[in-house]
Amino acid sequence: MLTCEHIVKRYGAHTALDDVSLTVPAGGIFGLLGPNGAGKTSLIRIITRITAPDSGQVLLEGRPMTAADVALIGYLPEERGLYKKMKVGEQALYLAQLKGLPKAEARKRLKAWFERWEMTAWWNKKVEELSKGMAQKVQFVSTVLHAPKLLILDEPFSGFDPINAELVRQEILRLRSEGTTVMLSTHNMGSVEELCDHIALIDRSRKVLDGRVRDIRRQFATRTYRIEHTGNKVAFANALSFTGELLEHTEGEEYNTARVRLAHDSTVNVVLRQLLPAVEVHGVQEEIPRMHDVFIHAVNAHGAVPADMTE
Amino acid sequence: MNKILLIIRREFITRVRKPSFLIMTILGPLLIAGTMVGLVYLGMQESDEHLVLVVDEPHVVTGKLRDTDKVRFFYAYDDLSDSAFKASPYTLMVNVNEAILETNTIQLFYKDLPSLNVQRTVQSELERTLEREKLRVNQVDPDTYARIKTALNVQLFDIDKAGEESYEQVLAAVGFGFGYIMFFFVFLYAVQVMRGVLEEKSNRIVEVLISSVKPFQLMMGKIIGIALVGLAQFTIWIALTATLMTAGTALLMKDRLDPREVLAEQQMTGELQAELMKEAGAQAPDRNKVMEVVSRLNIPFVLGMFVFYFLAGYLLYSSLFAAVGSAVDSETDTQQFMFPVTLPMIVAIFIAQMAITNPGSPLVFWGSIIPFTSPVVMMVRVAMGSVLETPWQLVLSMALLVGTFVFTTWLAGRIYRTGILMYGKKVSWREMGRWLFYKG
Repeated sequence: MLTCEHIVKRYGAHTALDDVSLTVPAGGIFGLLGPNGAGKTSLIRIITRITAPDSGQVLLEGRPMTAADVALIGYLPEERGLYKKMKVGEQALYLAQLKGLPKAEARKRLKAWFERWEMTAWWNKKVEELSKGMAQKVQFVSTVLHAPKLLILDEPFSGFDPINAELVRQEILRLRSEGTTVMLSTHNMGSVEELCDHIALIDRSRKVLDGRVRDIRRQFATRTYRIEHTGNKVAFANALSFTGELLEHTEGEEYNTARVRLAHDSTVNVVLRQLLPAVEVHGVQEEIPRMHDVFIHAVNAHGAVPADMTE
Repeated sequence: MNKILLIIRREFITRVRKPSFLIMTILGPLLIAGTMVGLVYLGMQESDEHLVLVVDEPHVVTGKLRDTDKVRFFYAYDDLSDSAFKASPYTLMVNVNEAILETNTIQLFYKDLPSLNVQRTVQSELERTLEREKLRVNQVDPDTYARIKTALNVQLFDIDKAGEESYEQVLAAVGFGFGYIMFFFVFLYAVQVMRGVLEEKSNRIVEVLISSVKPFQLMMGKIIGIALVGLAQFTIWIALTATLMTAGTALLMKDRLDPREVLAEQQMTGELQAELMKEAGAQAPDRNKVMEVVSRLNIPFVLGMFVFYFLAGYLLYSSLFAAVGSAVDSETDTQQFMFPVTLPMIVAIFIAQMAITNPGSPLVFWGSIIPFTSPVVMMVRVAMGSVLETPWQLVLSMALLVGTFVFTTWLAGRIYRTGILMYGKKVSWREMGRWLFYKG
């Protein structure tokens, strides 16, 4: 759907993006992650053609993007707002027309959205009369009204209460099922795990990591397993022998739980073969790292690179 | 292009729909006219009748000063002490001493400072009486004196315009008036542009907008939209003023006839008559002069030039103001950038003021050519009509102005597109300079 090739963006002496390339596959939800100030917003602004890269290019469906393509994009910025003195309906119509929708069509679609989200009563209200959450809903509707092929959401859940956040989440999933490609920039790693199919991680102007969420989590797996058993710790440790390292052992009411990191040349089958004669195994589960841990690990590892190079 | 029209429409409609626009547009001229009429009226009103005690020791003026409905004269021959004057019902006290005919000086004491009108009445009565006394002492026939007394009426002629009396200075003053209005409006609307930009920035709507339109479109849409608001306001004002003036003149003409009739009735003595004749003679050309000035004013040309210089000057300054608005986070931060941007226009007002007395000076010439001051200064020359003798200067001034606003809008556009996305940063001139070279 969208490909960024060797994007470089400098602001004076500061390099906001340093040779960033990534591909957003069509039809999924793509997570753009990174600490504050990493360059996510700079990248999004280049994709939305708000600014131009110093070098590199953005391809949309394989061809270089043109000015007309902004109509295919829906963008909900992190710093977002509405004209406070303008009426909700009028403002939504205005924003839709700026996106290129004819007025009648925009009105028809808005009516449908407002009914679905039970916002019809707000039509003639001024934005300043709405609560923050209500204004966010208007904003979200304005972003997706022109049915963009690529929807870019920067921290879409901030400012919503849990009920409305769920509403937005459902809407994102619905849009994906209808074929919209969604690019999601967020610090909420829970929603990344839940929603995203692919991610890219940007840290200090560079892309550090990208790929399918499943693959990345597996890639960061530390070959650690949780083994539930009914046996004592000594018997377990003895049986384990050199096939793995016992990291932690907790005794529970029903089962005891051991966290085992496999030895270099070992597999989980080897470990189990060792354990089975000694203890009764009730469950085995591999520990796959949370995105939260992946994020912290990747950013810290990236930070360590320059230090290594100086040695 | 379609998008910029949408932006212009929104800017125009949201502003025109505001109650403040209606109030400004319709009540504005009424308020201004009302205030002026009110001031004139108040100035003419005398709160109380003044009782003037004339201490006339040498008996020079006793019984010869004429009362008016506001000023009544009483006479005494001994000096009143300060406390006695304070306790007395008299509001003014005049001391006429022995040497009055030589020194031509009197002392006027007051409890509350009398209005200029009253001062003038007292003064002219005393002058008239003393003059007559001097005529008597010097044995001069009043009729002879009336013939001798000379009030010179200087008429100015431009040698290039044979036989036409020159009104350059009056026209220059009228031009200054236009220049001043120009200054006022360019700023009024340019500041609105700045406010609008700031509003969009502090509302955080700007990033939503520029994902649909180019920053330059957004800026130009706003500038043009507000310019249209200004033009709409002008049109209504001109229509209203024309109506009010027609109505007002009709009323005034009726009023004007009355005092002359009254004066004619009051003619009594020979010398007074002569004086009145002179006054009437001086007054009549005055009124003709107003007509003359109006007729000399090439109104379509002046209005046309006014609209051109307003639009071009406004485009120049509003783009700079838009840049300022984009670079800061709140209106309080605008001060440091406002001053340098405002300065040229203030200088322009000074030059224009100078142009009234010395329209031919090089300063005025350069002021009317240099784009930052030309909208104000050129109005003086336009009103005088003298600029038409050197059309190349007008064309040069206009071309330079257009060229400059194209340049400043380009410049402002580059600052604007970076500025609107910067939050929470104290911006310096250097920083703004750097933005010019960011790749858009």
